[in-house]
Amino acid sequence: MSEYLLKVKDLKIGAHVMPPNEKPFDIEIVHGVSFDLEKGKVLGLIGESGAGKSTIGLSALAYGRGSVSITGGEVHVNGRDILTGDKTLLRSLRGHEVTYVSQSAAASFNPSKKILEQVIESCIRHKLCSDSEAKSRAIALFDQLGLPDPATFGDRYPHQVSGGQLQRAMTAMALCPKPDLVIFDEPTTALDVTTQIDVLAAIKRAIHQTGVAALYITHDLAVVAQVSDHIMVLQQGKTVEYGTVDQIINTPKEAYTQALVAVRSIEHEEKQPTATPVLLVEGISARYPRVKSDVLSDVSVELHPGQTLAVVGESGSGKSTLARVITGLLPPRSGKVIFDGRELSSALAERSGEDLRELQMIYQMADTAMNPRQTIANIIGRPLELYFGLKGAEKDKRINELLEEIEMGQEFRNRYPAELSGGQKQRVCIARALAAKPKLIICDEVTSALDPLVADGILKLLLDLQKIEGVSYLFITHDLATVRAIADSIAVMHQGKVVRYGSKSKVLAPPFDDYTDLLLSSVPEMKIGWLENVIAHRKMESAGN
Amino acid sequence: MSPIVLKLVSQRIALGLMLLLAASALIFAGTQILPGDVAQSILGQSATPEALENLRRDLGLNEPALTRYFNWLSDALRGDLGTALTNGKDIADSMSGRLQNTLFLAASAAAVSVPLAIFLGLLAVQFRNRWPDKLISAVTLATISVPEFILGYVIMYVVAVKLRWLPSVSILRPGMDFGDKLEAIAMPVIVLTFVVLAHMMRMTRAAILNVMESAYIETAELKGLSAFQTIFRHAMPNAISPIVNVVMLNMAYLVVGVVVVEVVFVYPGMGQYLVDHVAKRDVPVVQASGLVFASVYIVLNTLADIIAILANPRLRHPK
Repeated sequence: MSEYLLKVKDLKIGAHVMPPNEKPFDIEIVHGVSFDLEKGKVLGLIGESGAGKSTIGLSALAYGRGSVSITGGEVHVNGRDILTGDKTLLRSLRGHEVTYVSQSAAASFNPSKKILEQVIESCIRHKLCSDSEAKSRAIALFDQLGLPDPATFGDRYPHQVSGGQLQRAMTAMALCPKPDLVIFDEPTTALDVTTQIDVLAAIKRAIHQTGVAALYITHDLAVVAQVSDHIMVLQQGKTVEYGTVDQIINTPKEAYTQALVAVRSIEHEEKQPTATPVLLVEGISARYPRVKSDVLSDVSVELHPGQTLAVVGESGSGKSTLARVITGLLPPRSGKVIFDGRELSSALAERSGEDLRELQMIYQMADTAMNPRQTIANIIGRPLELYFGLKGAEKDKRINELLEEIEMGQEFRNRYPAELSGGQKQRVCIARALAAKPKLIICDEVTSALDPLVADGILKLLLDLQKIEGVSYLFITHDLATVRAIADSIAVMHQGKVVRYGSKSKVLAPPFDDYTDLLLSSVPEMKIGWLENVIAHRKMESAGN
Repeated sequence: MSPIVLKLVSQRIALGLMLLLAASALIFAGTQILPGDVAQSILGQSATPEALENLRRDLGLNEPALTRYFNWLSDALRGDLGTALTNGKDIADSMSGRLQNTLFLAASAAAVSVPLAIFLGLLAVQFRNRWPDKLISAVTLATISVPEFILGYVIMYVVAVKLRWLPSVSILRPGMDFGDKLEAIAMPVIVLTFVVLAHMMRMTRAAILNVMESAYIETAELKGLSAFQTIFRHAMPNAISPIVNVVMLNMAYLVVGVVVVEVVFVYPGMGQYLVDHVAKRDVPVVQASGLVFASVYIVLNTLADIIAILANPRLRHPK
């Protein structure tokens, strides 16, 4: 019994749901999950959102977020049952034996306290060591995690360092009290790929050097394959499969695991450019008011009818700004946008109704892109009324057709957005864009907020619709797997400039420029040892230079 | 101090001064559009036109309004608020003692109510949605809902008439020692505390609860910090600006809004003074009191803004 650091037996977790204007009720979200974790080992918990993986991770701290509470089963840490323990036990457990690294370090650091003060807080509060000892521990950890100027890094406030640095600082905060177990809850999900790889390598090195055990929670199988010894696949609060990394990645037994491993394998044959592009962006430079530097400088791309141009880049590369310029939300300083043979006015107010109809948009957050008080039929019906003056039976018929196109039935007509899943909401947004019969749809990170399998479904739908409707997509994304799946041509953006542009086959084939190489090699692959290979390769290259 | 903080703080101060100027103009204009003028007020309805004209000339009332405004303003800036019509006394002289009394009452009420409100707010957060929280909310809401003069008379009835613990009026005499003074103002302080408590307590509760939703509070809990440490060390520093704002607003109210309470307890403060002279249509006194009240309001609110700027780590420590 005591050889296990963490022993979870038949864990059941429930939530108290309080819907507005309705009676509150209880639901069970984790239905009897069991697993053990030995000292110094890393277990990956993988599953889609709602699978209960974070909830299970937090149970090792006997913590339920919000209205979530542990309703049954046992959780033992270092041989003690922590669920029946009193407050004193919990206080000595949390922040001492078990610590936590959250997805968003930016939100998890107190904005009004210095980083160092927060990193050593657990040590001080639990009286684990002296103030100066804690500080030197923290500085050693900053160094180990590859943070710049370890000695003074902690004197800064959270807003003064980058997201990737803060994520590493949070890892330092978790490791500072020398815990037995660290819960990593999607620690790299919110980061850009090129940052993710550094943080991932830093976390892996820290785990290895300190010999701490870890629960690593993520939805990305390729990431968890790099850091774990074992993997547990979860779906809707139940264990689907448990095994070593090798078993799960190379010989998955269950259909669901197989689907997760095979995700992002859409094959899309690239189409040849036609004579006249539907969209021609020429020499666009743009900046935001009161900002003294260009967000976009001299961007030129073209998009052909019935095809997809993927605009790839990391956050801050200017890809969404390009969409704002094309839609007229941000008038550019120079350059022009030619759409379907005519130059579009740079300001939105001067564009004709036809211009607006033929150019539609789909957003990342389907949640906030729909009026929560309108039914699905209202949401899809509005553009039909606005652009085509459809009414009554005619409009209803068209709404039904559109629902069919997005593979949703008529029974959704009277539902509200809150009653749909994330993937269904995004489908409704697609239908709303299609209702205008546009020539071009700008898709801004439309799959980024979705789980991999759901995202795959959306990409397939978009490709099918392109075949039927002949619509063109300007597809903005940071995810190169998505680009491979959907693009005909690609523009790679970096710091407001297009650094690489051409057909998919050309852009994704060597020789690469430095930035594209960095970007491509940073995308985690579902291979054991991928991380080490990339890091070793990069070290060799920098040594060679 | 970083340049951006310096810039924002000086902006606030400049804005406060401009606001004060605008307020002085409004006060002056307000008293000008009243029918009749000072000469009329002094001599009464039956005065002969010649007498009025002579007095107007003596008082400089025939000058254009703008000139009179600037004269009044520059006098006020030098501390000369003019002379009262009714008793011919220097306003600044008769006001200073009363202003001191009012500030003493307000400061005493603030010294009781601000810590109490913040403590009750923290208590309400600690026991949120349980009976202590509900009790605190109910009681403070009840006290704010009752008009202060009723509250004043009820307390006077209980404390002074029934229990006979304190005299029913709060009179300060020269030569009273500090303890006697405190005893004299005990009842008005209780009433004022009741009046301002609910607002500050509820804002403290709301501001801290808002912060308690943040992810860094979860981080603190998962570090094994106790509930009190979490609230005090992690929630409070981020809830300062809304709390300071409402505290300052209520402190301003304590100075400006004591009028009714002073009258109820016959307390020799600014309120009494203002009410007496409004009744007698003593325009220079009304103008001077208005200017003092406006200054108190603007100074306290500017102070709240400056504290909010200084409490923001993003401004204090820019990238």
